[in-house]
Amino acid sequence: MSDPTTIPAINGATTVRVPIEKAFRVFTSSFNTWWPREFHIGQAEMAKAILEPRAGGRWYERGVDGSECDWGRVLAWEPPLRLLVTWQINGSWQYDPDPEHASEIEVRFTAEGPERTRVELEHRHLDRLVDGRALRDGIGEGGGWSSVLEQFARAAASED
Amino acid sequence: MATYGDARLSLFGDPTRRAIFELLARRPWSVGELAKQLPITRPAVSQHLRVLKDGGLVVSRSEGTRRVYQIDPAGVGALRAYLDRIWDQALGAYQQAAETAPDDFVSRRKS
Repeated sequence: MSDPTTIPAINGATTVRVPIEKAFRVFTSSFNTWWPREFHIGQAEMAKAILEPRAGGRWYERGVDGSECDWGRVLAWEPPLRLLVTWQINGSWQYDPDPEHASEIEVRFTAEGPERTRVELEHRHLDRLVDGRALRDGIGEGGGWSSVLEQFARAAASED
Repeated sequence: MATYGDARLSLFGDPTRRAIFELLARRPWSVGELAKQLPITRPAVSQHLRVLKDGGLVVSRSEGTRRVYQIDPAGVGALRAYLDRIWDQALGAYQQAAETAPDDFVSRRKS
């Protein structure tokens, strides 16, 4: 974990003007309503993106042709505070069922007021998605991305 | 480093370029195949490919008489850049959805 060749995690954050319970519900139960349609893994157009509301649940898409394509699994289901899921889509856009190759997405919800919730997301263990030999190539690139994410966080915050 | 990050983000700023990247993510394509798939000319495809290649997201190789392009399968840079872009858009969409969803939408769905 403290290996210096670990790929930097992706961090994102946003603040929503709703109570924490609603923030969690929209993120999970209504995942399908907000996930950008253009981001899908299956060959078919995506009809629905589904996050099953329990630890051990599936996270997957269903295509317009009825085909299903897994994205990962729900590791922790702790409404309304925390969600932990795996992302097992590798660099070839394939689902890799091996848990050893699973990256993780943790989402934390923090109430900043009765009608205000901070949502922080971390997509980590990206190194598990790719061949070890590729890691060295990507390491030098980490610094640039954190600044982009800072810009995003600022943009998200400035919408209040 | 900030300018470097901005440059990489702009690789996905063009919708056509992103469409090309997403096609390449699924399998290798030649310029001709991409031009047939997309509403742009071959030279335009080549130009987008050059930008993606210069940005380190895409590699090419000769296959017989033609050249095929794919995302660098060993390169974590491309994957990370793409995922970063996904989350950027997804969190923005989530924020909008959360703030416009009716208060009782979940209980309605359950009943």
